[in-house]
Amino acid sequence: MLNLLWLQSAGCGGCSMSLFNAESPDLLTTLEAAGIRLLWHPSLSEATGAELVQLLEAILIGEQPLDILCIEGALLRGPHGSGRFHLLGGTGIPMIDWVSRLAERAQYCVAVGSCAAFGGISAAGANHTEATGLQYEGELAGGLLGSDYLSQTGQRVVNIAGCPTHPNWVTETLQQLALGELNEDQLDRLGRPRLYADHLVHHGCSRNEFYEYKASAELPGQQGCLMENLGCLGTQADADCNVRPWHGEGSCTRGGYACINCTAPEFEEPRHSFTETPKIAGIPVGLPTDMPKAWFVALASLSKAATPERLRRNATAESIIYPPGKQNDKKR
Amino acid sequence: MSRLLVGPFNRVEGDLEVSLEIYDNRVRSARVNSPLYRGFEQILLGKTPLDALVYTPRICGICSVSQSVACAWALADAMQLTPPPNGERCTALVLANENLADLLTHFYLFFMPDFARERYSGEDWYAPVARRFKAVQGDAAREVLPARAEFLHLMGLLAGKWPHSLSIQPGGSAKPVEPQERLRLLAILAGFRRFLERTLFGAELEQIAELDSEAALRDWAAQGYWQSNDLRTLLYLSDRLELDRLGRASDRFMSYGSYQIDGERWLPAGVRSRGGAVEALDTEKIREDLSHSWLDGGHLPRHPRDGLTAPSLENPDGYSWCKAPRLDGAVVETGALARQFINGHPLIVDLVDHSGGNVRNRLIARLLELALVVPQMERWVKQLESGEPFCHHGRLPDEAEGAGLVEAARGSLGHWLSIRDGRIANYQVIAPTTWNFSPRDGLQVPGPLEQALAGAPVIEGEREPVAVQHIVRSFDPCMVCSVH
Repeated sequence: MLNLLWLQSAGCGGCSMSLFNAESPDLLTTLEAAGIRLLWHPSLSEATGAELVQLLEAILIGEQPLDILCIEGALLRGPHGSGRFHLLGGTGIPMIDWVSRLAERAQYCVAVGSCAAFGGISAAGANHTEATGLQYEGELAGGLLGSDYLSQTGQRVVNIAGCPTHPNWVTETLQQLALGELNEDQLDRLGRPRLYADHLVHHGCSRNEFYEYKASAELPGQQGCLMENLGCLGTQADADCNVRPWHGEGSCTRGGYACINCTAPEFEEPRHSFTETPKIAGIPVGLPTDMPKAWFVALASLSKAATPERLRRNATAESIIYPPGKQNDKKR
Repeated sequence: MSRLLVGPFNRVEGDLEVSLEIYDNRVRSARVNSPLYRGFEQILLGKTPLDALVYTPRICGICSVSQSVACAWALADAMQLTPPPNGERCTALVLANENLADLLTHFYLFFMPDFARERYSGEDWYAPVARRFKAVQGDAAREVLPARAEFLHLMGLLAGKWPHSLSIQPGGSAKPVEPQERLRLLAILAGFRRFLERTLFGAELEQIAELDSEAALRDWAAQGYWQSNDLRTLLYLSDRLELDRLGRASDRFMSYGSYQIDGERWLPAGVRSRGGAVEALDTEKIREDLSHSWLDGGHLPRHPRDGLTAPSLENPDGYSWCKAPRLDGAVVETGALARQFINGHPLIVDLVDHSGGNVRNRLIARLLELALVVPQMERWVKQLESGEPFCHHGRLPDEAEGAGLVEAARGSLGHWLSIRDGRIANYQVIAPTTWNFSPRDGLQVPGPLEQALAGAPVIEGEREPVAVQHIVRSFDPCMVCSVH
C-alpha cells in the first residue's frame, strides 16, 4: 500500500479535473486496485485548513511517511525570488518552500502536467512570476529542485507532461509506481513516462489520409490535414492522444484544431501564432523531426500531384461532400 | 475578540485563505484572500489576438470552456462576426456540458462531504449521510465520477478534449457534427438524464423544473423519505441545520445571461435585488477597485476596458491578489442563484424574495439548473443540421476592441480585449469568483463572501468552523479564475 499526497500551485487545476474523467474503472477504484491510498487531494479530501497543515508538518518531521508526492501547477519563485506569488493559504509560507521540503521526504516525486514539469503556460510571456517546473525550467534541467535532485528511492522527478494530462497517463504511471515497475528505462529524455511519450500525436490521427496526400484544411472546421496551414505539430508531439482518444472519442485533431505539442517544454511560447503554420518559401518550417527535409519535400510534392479529387475537395469542406466511390459531389 | 486564520481551503478550485474576527461566538468580520497570482493579463500583452484562444482557457481547468467562450465572443465582437445556427448550438452544448458537470462536481464532491465531518457525528442523521457523502469513501462519489465522465463524452465529440479545447472559435465551432455523432450526443444526454432522474431527483427533470414555489418544493419533498434521493437529503439537512439562515450577502444579483441561440440569450442578462423586479444590466458601469489588492494601478476604479494589472506588494491596505469589481458602485452576487432569479424562475424568485441569497438557496438553484438545462441540450442537439455550416470566418482588424460576456457555472465571466497594430494591447478578465470573493473596495465595503461570513456561528474551540466551510463552498468558488 502506497500513500499519495497531491498539492497544487500555479496551475489551473485542469489535470485534476481531467484525472476525474478516468474510466473503466473510475479513479477511486483504479487507485484502490493499485494499492494507492490518498493521503490528501485538494478536490477530493475532507481534511481542510489546519488539518492539512498538521499532515504536512507530520511528513516534514518524519512522523508520517510519504510515498508519492504529486505536484500540479508551476512553482512560483517571484516576486524577486520571494515565492510570495503563492503563499499556501493559512500558512504564510511560500508554496515553493513547502514543495522543496516535502520533495526531500518523498519516495517518489511526480510532476503532473506541463506546468509542474517545465513551467508550462504559467511561465509564458516574460514570466513575471518566475514560474518553473520541479526539475526543469523549460528545456533546461534545474527548476525548483535542481538537476541533482533524487527522491528517497533515487529517482528523478517523473514528468507526466501535458496540458492537461490524459487521465490514463496519470493512472498508469501511478500503477507503475505501485507495482515497483517504474525505473529509468520507463522514462524518456525529459523524464516523461514512455507509456504515452513513445508515440506521436500523429499516430492514429483520423486525418491521416489527408496528410498522406497533403490535402490540407485552410480554415478551422475543415476536414483536411492541419499541418500545412493551421499550425498542427502532431508529427512532432510526443503523446498518444490519437491512439487512445479522450472522453471515448476525442482528441485535439479530431476536435477540429491543431495539436500544439502541449507535452513539450516551452510549448507555451511557439514564437509564432499557435494556429498558423510558419513557412519559408511556401514550405512549413516545422517538419517531422526524424525525416530528411529534402525527402519530405520531394514526397510531399509527389503526393500532392497524386491527390485524389475526393480528398482535394473534402479537405476544404466541413462535411464529406465527396464520399468514396461517388463520382459526383452529392451532399450527404 | 479573537482572530482565526482559516486555510488552505480545499474542495474549492485553487487556494483560499479567510481571516476571521470572532466575537461572542460569531464572525464579526471576514477578509478573504486569494493567495495565488499567475498573471495571465500580463502574459497576453503583445500576443497575436487569436492566440488568446490557447491561453485563456488555461486560466482555469474547471471553467476552461467558459473562458474559451468569453474569449471567442470578445474576438467575435472585435471581428463583427456572428456564428451560424449550428455553431451557436455547438458552443451552447459544450458550455452547458462543462457548466452542468461543474454543478454536479460541486454538489457531490465539494459541498456535501462537509456533512460527513466528525463534527456532526452526534446527529441522528449522521450515519446514512456519512455513508453516502463521506469524502473519497462515500457511495455517492463512486456513482458520480462515472456518470460525470460519461456525460463529458460530449466533449470528446464536440470539443476534442476537456479541459482546454480550441474548437470554440469566434465564428462558431471548428468541430462539425456528422450525422452519426448527432445520434451519439442524444444517447449521451439520455444517459445523463437517467442518472439525474434516478439518483439526484428521484423524479423526471420536467417535474423538478416545474416546481414553482417553496411550498411546492416542500410538498414534493414530503412525498418521499428524506434518504430516497440526494435532493431530498439536501432539503432535509437544510431544514435541520437551518442553511437558509446562513451566508446572506448583499442580496443584489447579476447575470450576463447565457447560451446564445439565434442571436438571443436563452437565459437573460440583468440585475435584480431581493423583492425587486429585473433591471437592465449596464456593463459600462462595471469598475474594478484596487484599493485592497496587491496591485498598482492608481486610486480610481477603472472599467475593465481600461483595466490595469501590475502586481505589487507595496500597497499597505492590500490583503489579496483579487481585485474588487463593483457594478454601479454596488456589491453584486453572481452564480446559479443569480441566474435563475434574473431568469424569473418562480421557485427561485419565491425563495430569494422570502429568505434572500443563502447557503440553501444557492444549492437549490444549482440543482434546479441541472433539471432546466439538460432538456434544452436535447433540443439543441436535435436542431443540429449536418451539412450546414458550423463556422463562419472573418478577418481580425489591426485595431479593435471587443467584449465577451458569458455565464460560467459559478457566475458571470467577462473578457475585455483591445487590439492595437494587430497585437493584444490590453486583456482583462473578471471571473465569477472575482465578484463573489472580492476584497473590500475604496469605501471599505466588503465583498459578497466577506458579507456572507459576518454573523456565522463559531463554536468554542472550533479550528475549522463548519458554518464557515458551508458558506464558503455555497458559492462554489474558483480561486484560479478569480485572480488568474
